[in-house]
Amino acid sequence: MKRALSGLRALLVQRVSAIYMLVFIVFLLAHFLFNPPASYVAWRAWIMGPVVGIAIPVFFAALLAHAWVGVRDVILDYIRPAALRFAALALLGLGLMGIGAWVIRILWPGRG
Amino acid sequence: MQRPVFLNLMQIQMPVGALTSITHRITGVLLALGIPGGVYLLDLSLQSPETFESVVRLFQRWSFRVVVIVFVWALAHHLLAGIRHLLSDVDIGSQLPASRRAAWIANIGGVVIALAAAGAWL
Repeated sequence: MKRALSGLRALLVQRVSAIYMLVFIVFLLAHFLFNPPASYVAWRAWIMGPVVGIAIPVFFAALLAHAWVGVRDVILDYIRPAALRFAALALLGLGLMGIGAWVIRILWPGRG
Repeated sequence: MQRPVFLNLMQIQMPVGALTSITHRITGVLLALGIPGGVYLLDLSLQSPETFESVVRLFQRWSFRVVVIVFVWALAHHLLAGIRHLLSDVDIGSQLPASRRAAWIANIGGVVIALAAAGAWL
């Protein structure tokens, strides 16, 4: 089996996604502290806006990649029996892909 | 293959860095488990004005705010411990005394941020 996200590359994915999410979370926190969404219309407009409309999909891509590498490491460390380990990894992968599809449907309702 | 296993919890040393490390893992798994809940709330908040209001009402509930505070702690600790990792990648705080100090900052900082959020919000 080819290990697509092993070693140095997984480490790099973890760090790049971490830095992006860190910046995004600080930005999100500042926005909610100083300019919280006052209504459904304002909230929707903000989410779908030109900058946030790109920053949010990128955030979820970073989050799902980060969760994959992180939880995969935990599974590989603690689950020894091969069948159980494979099942856990498969469940994690399917779960994260499902969440990705869900996020796409939320952000682009017409096309999902 | 049999390998030696030492699991005497009374004798295993737990330096502060080890505590930060295992807590980084635990909070990571907790945050990952929270992703579907967060996405569900995002979904509700964007569907219609009515579902948006239901999310607003949920955040006004004391019991839900307690759950949010737990996630605030997990996120705060995970971020601080993560920053500690990133800094030690570029050789800031990679020596033992500074690494221990940074571990204390992550452990205590996470709790302080959660308490601040609780104080401001509960």
